[in-house]
Amino acid sequence: MWATSARRAIAGQSSVTSWLTQLRNSMIKSGEKVRSFSSGSNQLTVRDALNSALDEEMSADSRVFVIGEEVGEYQGAYKGFEVTKGLLQKFGPDRVLDTPITEAGFTGLGVGAAFYGLKPVVEFMTFNFAMQAIDHIINSAAKTYYMSGGQISVPIVFRGPNGAAAGVAAQHSQCFAAWYGSCPGLKVISPYSSEDYRGLLKAAIRDPDPVVFLENELMYGETFPVSDEVLDSNFTLPIGKAKIEREGKDVTITAFSKMVGYALKAADELAKDGISAEVINLRSIRPLDRATINASVRKTYRLVTVEEGWPQHGVGAEISASVVEESFEYLDAPIDRITGADVPMPYAANLERLALPQVEDIVRAAKRACYRQVPQSAAA
Amino acid sequence: MPYHIGARRAVMKSLLQSVRSNVREASTRNKCSWAGLGWPASQNAMERRYSMTSTSFLSARRYLGSQVDHPKRQQQTEAHEKDFLHFPGAKTTFTFSLEYIKEISEDPVPCYRLLNDHGDPIDGAELPEIEQSLGVKMYETMAILQTMDNLYYEAQRQGRISFYVTSIGEEAINVASAAALSSDDLIFPQYREQGVLLWRGFTLKDFASQCFANDEDSGKGRQMPVHYGSKKLNYITVSSTVGTQLPHAVGAAYSLKMAKEEACTVAYFGDGGTSEGDFHAAMNFASVLEVPVLFICRNNGWAISTPASDQYRSDGVVVKGQAYGIRSFRVDGNDTLAMYSCVQAARKMAIEESRPILIEALTYRIGHHTTSDDSSKYRSITEMERWKSLRDPVIRFRKWLEGNAWWDEVAERRLRATARNEVITTMVRAEILKKPPLSDLFKDVYDSVPVHLQEQEAYVRSTVTRHPKDHPSDVPL
Repeated sequence: MWATSARRAIAGQSSVTSWLTQLRNSMIKSGEKVRSFSSGSNQLTVRDALNSALDEEMSADSRVFVIGEEVGEYQGAYKGFEVTKGLLQKFGPDRVLDTPITEAGFTGLGVGAAFYGLKPVVEFMTFNFAMQAIDHIINSAAKTYYMSGGQISVPIVFRGPNGAAAGVAAQHSQCFAAWYGSCPGLKVISPYSSEDYRGLLKAAIRDPDPVVFLENELMYGETFPVSDEVLDSNFTLPIGKAKIEREGKDVTITAFSKMVGYALKAADELAKDGISAEVINLRSIRPLDRATINASVRKTYRLVTVEEGWPQHGVGAEISASVVEESFEYLDAPIDRITGADVPMPYAANLERLALPQVEDIVRAAKRACYRQVPQSAAA
Repeated sequence: MPYHIGARRAVMKSLLQSVRSNVREASTRNKCSWAGLGWPASQNAMERRYSMTSTSFLSARRYLGSQVDHPKRQQQTEAHEKDFLHFPGAKTTFTFSLEYIKEISEDPVPCYRLLNDHGDPIDGAELPEIEQSLGVKMYETMAILQTMDNLYYEAQRQGRISFYVTSIGEEAINVASAAALSSDDLIFPQYREQGVLLWRGFTLKDFASQCFANDEDSGKGRQMPVHYGSKKLNYITVSSTVGTQLPHAVGAAYSLKMAKEEACTVAYFGDGGTSEGDFHAAMNFASVLEVPVLFICRNNGWAISTPASDQYRSDGVVVKGQAYGIRSFRVDGNDTLAMYSCVQAARKMAIEESRPILIEALTYRIGHHTTSDDSSKYRSITEMERWKSLRDPVIRFRKWLEGNAWWDEVAERRLRATARNEVITTMVRAEILKKPPLSDLFKDVYDSVPVHLQEQEAYVRSTVTRHPKDHPSDVPL
């Protein structure tokens, strides 16, 4: 909500800004702790949010180093990611390591370095390739602190693009949030806005536990307004806390990563029909902020979960179970899961669009939950 | 030291000596930037052909028919100098004869040993300088290790522990390598290196606590038996995944290098482990990153039921080092002195030159793979018996000690009795101690216990309170 409204404000619709200020003031008056970072006057792309976070954490702690393919000499510019741009020049080849093509190799190496005092940030070109290293992520990183009886900690961050990009088909489009989210020992983060990316990456690097940091390639170029506080070098966000991007009272919509933007657009559409949707940006897949989700459902009585990934055993499935376990009496309608299609991602643009959730799907689901005239079959 | 050159190398030896004097001023480590700094074609070819550092058996075989001072060869080289082209992937000369590197060298890489099977020094061998106290300590540790292994194996057979892995036949590899290292060196074990841990000071009580998973286990009862770990003794907790420790060792070595510490990491693995992708990745990476790591392969000929002939088709593991640009040794793993001397030299190279070293220690797995295995199903009992009676590394070293008058029958009987006694006492005591408490179940998943796990623990406790008869009495809350 903040992002889209603020952007409109910048385009010159002052009524929105005054409404924003009004809302903010009323929230402050009601005693809630408000952190409206996105109503700031600075513009920050997600790419720069990541780059600045890495830069600052590497400056602050000499144990932090970056390792991955094409991160150094090529400035991370393969396919235009450029998240690690300039880091090699600033910190040198000891802190920014270009690696041979072996995810298993450099992930294992990162874990070993973390065993013995360093703080690696391991980049996967996409998380699809992390499957070649998944033994090290789960068996070495996630479980070692527990298996060693608390003797060996693994302060490592695994980061890279996750989920669908555009026209990259089956082996470059899988969303891994549900898989990593089921593993004890890992923390799993999926940010949405520049403020999320910056604050959560800094928190992830400082965290003594292994963190899987799921980014989104299509978001790298997106710009978000951020406050001065976000640009401060000590800015972090707590891992495990969701953010209510938009307050509402009729239906709760949970989403993470790119889908948050879709959910917000859907909320705007729904508002035209008089449905006030509350959009929750999960930010953190593990630990999942069940408290915030349940509190919201206890207020709205209806829930729609949104994710890009596959439906079976997905994030929405876990949220549904949590809400049914804790807030069953509050539900006025069955929980609706909006997910990607249960197929490997196709390439053709029309098929790709059909395989992914769109804003219309979210709108129809919310209306169904509110008992509006949109039967299930029409939504297909 | 060109100790790979034996009597059969005499022909090549003189050739090598003349070439070496030419190559000596070139850098010993071929670290040229492939951006084309213009190494002269012939010098580069000579250096690669007659590498000062490695055995180069493959390259020696290849060029046997085309020595550098052959007139026609000289002509070819000169003619080709003008056609010399720097490929980014390799810099070399051209040849118009279709040649290949043989899949296997006619002569296998010889194996370094100092004592023969009867424990007598081999004629002409240079033994390392070992004090009596060190020699005796190594022997005692090997004997205690054997005792512990045998008794724990039996305990598993009696159903007292669920699982065990013996290191019978590999005591010399374990103990001699540990003795040659410093306590600052970080060990990345596979699962058959309890002798290394024993050497470093893991007590019989510590071993027992882990195997019986009781309250005194430093691992808090989290792991299967033999999955030991000790941060204090610089021994990384055993992980069951085969080969996983190899890239870890490289990463930790990188950390040591960055911290400029006078130590290395040491990764142990078996012949089977060399088939894992992690082996390839770790070796390649260690070489490219130039980090101080020892890769010690316990080639005991068997990976559960898979014999080495089904595991690889190369001349063992030692030849794989050169494929990654890694200096490699082959040593008799059942020879305590050779093992000690080799690891000592390798460690020095690894740390002083910041490079990885591969050591293939040839040995035989006298015991079964684990207690879940009955190897008589796939190998002959005669074979096992022969190795046990004729090629036992512990007896061999003992004979050398006795030859020096450092050991005798009285000491032997006393040691074996004491060791047996201590192992049994610690085992019996550990067996009846209470198990780790419930409060340890939810700890160490994360650095601090998160809310959802606190809730789960509270829920479990309330369940236990409400249904005490379902809860075992020897598990403390």
